[in-house]
Amino acid sequence: MPSAPSKIYADDVSLLVVTLDTNPFFWATFPFPFAEFLSQVLAFLNSILLLGQLNQVIVIATGCNSCAYVYDSSSERSHGATTGTMPALYSNLLHNLNEFLAKDRQLDASQKPGTVPSSLLSGSLSMALCYIQRAFRLGPMPPQPRILCLQGTADGPEQYVAIMNAIFSAQRSTVPIDSCYIGSNNSAFLQQASYITGGIYYKPPQLDGLYQYLSTVFATDLHSRAFLRLPKSVGVDFRASCFCHKRTIDMGFVCSVCLSIFCEHHDKCSTCGSVFGQAQLDASAANRKRKA
Amino acid sequence: MSSGQVVKRVKYKATVKDPGTPGVLRLTQEKFVFKPNDPTTNNKLDVEFRFIKSHKHTKEGSGKPPWLNLTHAQGSYIFELESFADLHVCRELVGIALSKHVQGEATKVISEEQLSSAEMTLRIKLLQEDSKLQRLHKELVASGKLTESEFWATKKKLLDQDESRKLKQRIGFKNSLIFDTKPMSDGRINQVKFQLTPEIKYQACFLLCIFALKPAVHQAFLNFVPSKMNEVDFWNKYFKAEYLHSTKNAVAAAAEAAEDEDLAVFLKDDEILEIEARKKVRRVDPTLDMEADQGDDYTHLPDHGIFRDGSKEVSEAQNALYKRTLLQDLNRQGAVVLEGKTLDMEMEHPRTVAEILARRKQKSDEVVGDEERQNRISKMTPIEDLQAQDDHNYAPLCIKDPRDYFDFQQANAVKTLDDSQPGTEQMTCSLGSEEAYGSLMAAISKIQATGLRDPLFSPDVALKVLHGLTRNISSTKNHLGKTSQESVLDILPNTTKEKLLDHWVCSQELLRHFWSSYPVTTQNLVNKTRRLKDSISQIYSKLEEIKVSASSDLRHQVSLVVHPMQQIKVYGQFFTQALDAALLHYDADIKKRNARVSKKSNGYV
Repeated sequence: MPSAPSKIYADDVSLLVVTLDTNPFFWATFPFPFAEFLSQVLAFLNSILLLGQLNQVIVIATGCNSCAYVYDSSSERSHGATTGTMPALYSNLLHNLNEFLAKDRQLDASQKPGTVPSSLLSGSLSMALCYIQRAFRLGPMPPQPRILCLQGTADGPEQYVAIMNAIFSAQRSTVPIDSCYIGSNNSAFLQQASYITGGIYYKPPQLDGLYQYLSTVFATDLHSRAFLRLPKSVGVDFRASCFCHKRTIDMGFVCSVCLSIFCEHHDKCSTCGSVFGQAQLDASAANRKRKA
Repeated sequence: MSSGQVVKRVKYKATVKDPGTPGVLRLTQEKFVFKPNDPTTNNKLDVEFRFIKSHKHTKEGSGKPPWLNLTHAQGSYIFELESFADLHVCRELVGIALSKHVQGEATKVISEEQLSSAEMTLRIKLLQEDSKLQRLHKELVASGKLTESEFWATKKKLLDQDESRKLKQRIGFKNSLIFDTKPMSDGRINQVKFQLTPEIKYQACFLLCIFALKPAVHQAFLNFVPSKMNEVDFWNKYFKAEYLHSTKNAVAAAAEAAEDEDLAVFLKDDEILEIEARKKVRRVDPTLDMEADQGDDYTHLPDHGIFRDGSKEVSEAQNALYKRTLLQDLNRQGAVVLEGKTLDMEMEHPRTVAEILARRKQKSDEVVGDEERQNRISKMTPIEDLQAQDDHNYAPLCIKDPRDYFDFQQANAVKTLDDSQPGTEQMTCSLGSEEAYGSLMAAISKIQATGLRDPLFSPDVALKVLHGLTRNISSTKNHLGKTSQESVLDILPNTTKEKLLDHWVCSQELLRHFWSSYPVTTQNLVNKTRRLKDSISQIYSKLEEIKVSASSDLRHQVSLVVHPMQQIKVYGQFFTQALDAALLHYDADIKKRNARVSKKSNGYV
């Protein structure tokens, strides 16, 4: 999948934006502990920075009520002194993550107990794209950007439109979205995101070796990627969510004007307001006829 | 009309310019007969329609008389009818007659609607250029699944594209030095007549040209005309000056000018031109300033540019002056032609024309001011050429190759066969939000306290991961052909692949036609959908054929992991899903229509 090589980048400098799934409800039910996951990810981030002096790493936490930047390797504060046993990267990130979680908890609205709410992937993707756009405007030779989604929570179909919009804008600014999905089933959103933007979708089968997967599959910069044989996605789930009930559907009704998707027949498109003709539903049409 | 015969009074013209012979035209389905009113002329015509190739006619409201033009091998017969109503009647009959004959000969299927020959050639050209389109055309039209017009109705875009390619240029002014109206000298010395009828003079276009080409005249006209002298005087003066100028009698011109100060105005074009030139020069980027000076060649004006050689001889200087003015005239003419603005009103009072022009100029000057400001901004910023592009050109949003989509879908289908896992199992979380957040924060503080585990994971795990990854990569390679980039379609033998793709395109086209003919409102559409339905159902059997033939071929390729039949089936599924939907819809619709018809008959009879 060739991405348009229109921009001039410093070709071996990466700007890696990582979105980190911090949905507490997911991690509470997931067999793999969060502490383990986080320590593997931290090691991976550290190795990205070690790969090149100019590499830049941004971490965005994807909560279930909010999203926030939790780490930026280019900011001044990140270069603070190491605190005892840990490098500045870790301590900073962990500190920010703690603060973020505290805030996220306050925002927590009461929901149905027993279900796992979806993480706000659309929000963190948008934030990542915003940051990348800023980096584009910063200097003449921006580092080559890419997004890596570390996601565990299942897709929230209600975010379908927002996520697809984020995907398309990423494609338009030629930012590949890599995704490493650690949940139990495959994520259709992330599969589509990687497929459309030309990134890699990978679902590591063995989570205790997560660091190795990350460093083998996702660590190389985009320039080197062309020379490597990386795992190819075997299939993409192209199913869409309907706009009316946010259900994931195989077949549905599509507005002929604005291409909105619905799971059942409507008289009028809720997105663009077009009135549909009554081609279907003989019974109801006949009923109406009879009354008139 | 119903009797198949039309008799009209017409004028027959052999050529377009022919004034025409009045007579009677009798049209039947087989032939047309023209009998002139004057039996002595030998303009009688008796032509059968099979010799006629096509017909054209003038459009109502185009300002032309109602003409019917029947083209035959050597030329055409033109009939001027008395009214457009007559023309329509004749045209209809001719259309029917022609289509009958052409279909009878079974050469080209020409539809109800008649084509101009230009459109026909355009279609043929398009078919020749695009072999895929040609194949599709052959498949669908030649076998009678679609009519010619139906086929092209969905390809309107292609036709239009070609059309628009032709007509893009704006039409400028006629490119001659219009203000050079030649004087007619009658031999006597001081009597010169300019042939300038009021029609010419009042023509806005002409005035526009003079005013645009000669800003001095424009200025003078605005200043003098109603107040100082009347229009006729003004134009007299102008052409007098023009004449003096053209004789190049500099001395006489100077003398006249000294005598009449108004006349002098016309001879001093340079000032206004100079101001304008300065303005233009100012518009040019500072780094290009010198070249602009040289190109415009106003260096002879005082205080402008550098005299490179002051010691030129007078005669040479005069010659140079002439050359320069000619060049300036040509340049100016070129600029006016390129600006090419025509006034909307055709016949206008010259005064209003002059005013409109003046206003327009002011407007464009304002724009110039704007540009100047922009210029200053660009001067303050670093030189553009040396900077990287600051606008990020975006990649176009793309719909990918449908084949690509198939590959991914195909793999999906295979996978679901393998896995047969339940699609969505909702995870349940028994914890409340407090506990959940608490456990997450505890995990963070645990890392904060103890640091990362060392080593991160055991060598066993590392080895396992390595094996897993290599196996994954090599298996996808086997799965999807020789290289990981190759698509599933490429595994199939070439002929099968071609056939499949052809069928895909063909059924796409059929389906598009099918759905576009809904809702079915006319008998015509009913016929069309029936025809389409039949051809759609034929595709099933064709797909079946491919399946059978391909599977025997592919059986030899033992090395392939995936059973070839399955692949074909998967492709078949894509076809059939769409086709099934179409057929179902057709059946439902027919039922509904029948029900409605029966209900109506119950209700009203």
